[in-house]
Amino acid sequence: MIRCAVVTESIDPAVLLAEVTTRATGATTLFVGTVRNVNEGRAVTGIAYSAYSAMALEEMERIACEAAQQFDGVRVAMEHRVGLLVLEEISVAIAVAHARRAPAMDASRFIIEELKRRLPVWKQEHYVDGERVWVDPTATPVPVSAA
Amino acid sequence: MTQLQVLLFASYADAFGASTVTVTVPEPATSADVVTALRTLPGGNALPAAPVIAVDRRYTRGVVPVHAGQEIALIPPVAGG
Repeated sequence: MIRCAVVTESIDPAVLLAEVTTRATGATTLFVGTVRNVNEGRAVTGIAYSAYSAMALEEMERIACEAAQQFDGVRVAMEHRVGLLVLEEISVAIAVAHARRAPAMDASRFIIEELKRRLPVWKQEHYVDGERVWVDPTATPVPVSAA
Repeated sequence: MTQLQVLLFASYADAFGASTVTVTVPEPATSADVVTALRTLPGGNALPAAPVIAVDRRYTRGVVPVHAGQEIALIPPVAGG
């Protein structure tokens, strides 16, 4: 079972958990990514997420299929949100269930790492001082004190 | 010569001031031709040395053929999660 979505409304992790859990799944993991208040030393008020939605959905499904191939029997439900999110809101949630805990946990880790590496989603951080910056994980971070 | 539409996102869309641009490239065209043409447009200097290109919603590697009717997109460094 695999379900992936790019959503514009709040993510409800309980829904994802309910989707993947069955009588046969003895282990369920839930990864939840949320907007935190500081990045690279700068105070953040929110993050605007944008996506190449059609490709993001297909890439999520490819990643989930790869997880299912590596970890036979996993059930995966995941959602990534786009739009302006404020602090503590959920940007991504991944529920993975399996009969055993090791495949469930390993598949969850695999999926979030691949999402971070491959998902065509971008975030523009909004800082307390009003500046907005596209996050570039490939750029060398510049300490605020040296900026 | 042929014209191709290219999808732009995030920082690239900001740099070019548009989410879609049209480039004129030789026929048969490659992804390298698309990047070369994009560099001649205002905002083109924002592109890195080897920008990532997706064709029909899949990442490409190296130089690949492209043609009208395909969904060609330039992918800035991703930052999901």
